[in-house]
Amino acid sequence: MGKKSLSGVLITAAILAVAGCSGGAAPTGETANAPADPGKVSGEIKVLTHRTDLVQNGTMDEYAAEFNRVYPKVKVKFEGITDYEGEVKIRMNTDQYGDVLMIPNAIAKDDYPKFFASLGSETQLAAKYRFIDKSAVAGKVYGVATVGNANGFVYNKAVWKNAGITDWPTTPARFLDDLKAIKAKTDAVPYYTNFKDAWPLTSPWTGILGSVSCDAQASNKLVSADPWVKGSDLSVADTLLYDIVHGKLSEKDPSTTNWEASKGMIARGDIATMLLGSWAVTQMQDAAEKAGTDPDDIGFMPFPAQVDGKYCSVVSADYLQAVSIHSGHKEAARAWVDWFTDKSGFAQNEGSVPTLKSSALPPTLKPYTDAGVKLIEVSQSRTGQVNAIDKAAEIGLNTPDYRQKLIDMARGAQKGELDDYLTDLGKRWNEAARTAGS
Amino acid sequence: MTDMTSEVARRGPRSGARASRTPAGGALRSGGAPRSWKTRPLRRLTPWLFLAGPLLLLITFTYVPVGNMIFYSFTDWDGVSPDRRMVGLDNYEQIFTRPELFRVFFVSFYYLAASFVQIAIALYFATVLSFDLRFRNLFKGLLFFPYLINGVAIGFVFLYFFQDGGTLDSVVSWFGAGGDHAWLGSAESANTSLAGVSVWRFTGLNFVLFLGAVQSIPAELYEAAQLDGATRRQQFRHIIAPGIRPVLSLSVILAVSGSLAVFEIPWIMTGGATGTQTFVIQTIKLAFQFNKTGLASAAAVILLLIILLITWIQRRLVPDERTDLV
Repeated sequence: MGKKSLSGVLITAAILAVAGCSGGAAPTGETANAPADPGKVSGEIKVLTHRTDLVQNGTMDEYAAEFNRVYPKVKVKFEGITDYEGEVKIRMNTDQYGDVLMIPNAIAKDDYPKFFASLGSETQLAAKYRFIDKSAVAGKVYGVATVGNANGFVYNKAVWKNAGITDWPTTPARFLDDLKAIKAKTDAVPYYTNFKDAWPLTSPWTGILGSVSCDAQASNKLVSADPWVKGSDLSVADTLLYDIVHGKLSEKDPSTTNWEASKGMIARGDIATMLLGSWAVTQMQDAAEKAGTDPDDIGFMPFPAQVDGKYCSVVSADYLQAVSIHSGHKEAARAWVDWFTDKSGFAQNEGSVPTLKSSALPPTLKPYTDAGVKLIEVSQSRTGQVNAIDKAAEIGLNTPDYRQKLIDMARGAQKGELDDYLTDLGKRWNEAARTAGS
Repeated sequence: MTDMTSEVARRGPRSGARASRTPAGGALRSGGAPRSWKTRPLRRLTPWLFLAGPLLLLITFTYVPVGNMIFYSFTDWDGVSPDRRMVGLDNYEQIFTRPELFRVFFVSFYYLAASFVQIAIALYFATVLSFDLRFRNLFKGLLFFPYLINGVAIGFVFLYFFQDGGTLDSVVSWFGAGGDHAWLGSAESANTSLAGVSVWRFTGLNFVLFLGAVQSIPAELYEAAQLDGATRRQQFRHIIAPGIRPVLSLSVILAVSGSLAVFEIPWIMTGGATGTQTFVIQTIKLAFQFNKTGLASAAAVILLLIILLITWIQRRLVPDERTDLV
């Protein structure tokens, strides 16, 4: 009897488990319209955000208070999540993922209509905002970028000056020469990979797409072409990274790097250069203030490549804000998204590129505008397909693994030649492109 | 039922007329000894009430997830999308046709080798500390302590320990050796270092298991052996080793399955970089980096089957016989 009832329980559990899997179909095609009268819209909305620092120090509540002056009846609550990607992705299996949230990168673009309410037509919103094509599915937009960032090298001007370099390098070869000069003439580590923390090897390097060729279609072209063909954006970037490490121009032991510590190190001049986004400039300047060094020593330079004698830098979207399809207060949620993007001044405060086209660029990008760096916005209309190919190939343009292996090969910790490696990546990519993304 | 009534019937004449007048059921209820679930449903239910809590937890957090995992392994689910398609055995076919997915098992050999070192160390200390020794309990505590520390904390501590110019480098330099080695820098060195951390962490557990087994051996045996003039070595060989055989074989099973499923130490310390990727890390990356939850579930099911198989083989080779020392 005992045994029988136990197995009975187990079978029941198994049936429940399978039944629980089937799930119901999610609603699609909902729209979050902007309220006609700000005074009338009401409700309590919950905003999920990755900026835990701003939730904790009360900055977000200040924004909410400002927001309430226009929309007095809407109550905004924030939930800061430290491991945003990991946690929200799992929570999105339920229908309790807040009213407003940042779209996790793991969500496939074609699935946006199943999770988020539409914010309007692509043509309409593209006239007003940057980065709109990143979330457009079948002509409808599902998310608006909080801010955008330009990419480039954060560097310590004093160290570069001490090595006798005053001009930005114009080619990867000259960049390497400059790093060699830094190594010879100063005590600083010429380039810091942040290998252990890994993410600095992902978005900043993959964000090069477009900067080298000055081509706004660089990302979309990956759908039909091997990304590592000689001379292509990614091959130039990855070769540069390989050469830096191979030439021993990076930190001695990459396996134990530390991102938080690296901020102070670049501020004190122990590190000369790191590839990051423009958002990092303000953080490094803060670190310089804390370390008692001059914040003005923190500089920002574009990737060493020129087209027709001009530098290009890609400006790309940070997290996109979206309205949950399950939200009970879609109008209020939409009101928050609109207000935060248009009126909050968040982008200026963070030193980032505003989503609103009519807003001014932040002071961190002044060196770029002074030097005439061409800012281009890479089209992301086919990101869904690119990601599908990337995942099928298990390469991970936005994961650290393939560049960590590249660095390991460059410093002799793993066997392999750069050319073979890039060829192999290309081969895997092409094979995946044939099956996925179609 | 029949036995009970017959007992009442037998008792009937002696216990007097009152019992024989009341119906059989009534006599049973007041009778004390004879009970059944029909008459006392709560009593029958009692063990289940006690079990309900743990069983509920066990089912919710073990069996339902495992059931889910097996179900996912037959789908092409990406982990988020509300849609999933049944693909039958496709995922399993993929795993077995891609040899690179199994190559990571080579990393397990580092941990397997380390776990035998670990068992040897634990056995040595368990034997030594089971005899009368000064500061015995202090040493027991010291050896067991690392096992009590959270694995994440250990990962972080050892990250600093292995750092360029970190603790290990300075200790090595005290002995005159060039204290400048990137411990996590190359695949062999990194895997050996990580396996060393795992030895440091789990020796305490093995030690406690062995110590318990050694101390359960009756003291008279040692006395008799001493009277016969047996040395410590002989005592170990003929009394302790056979006496703890079941625990020893259990430890070996745990060591093998443990080294196939190594996860937290390399995950926290290197994230699988520099050739330290284990099968579990690879599975996690498949599931959460490349959104192939279906494929990853299949990989997890296969790991489960491999471990079950190894355990079964081991139980076959080393049957769990009762130890009989006397």
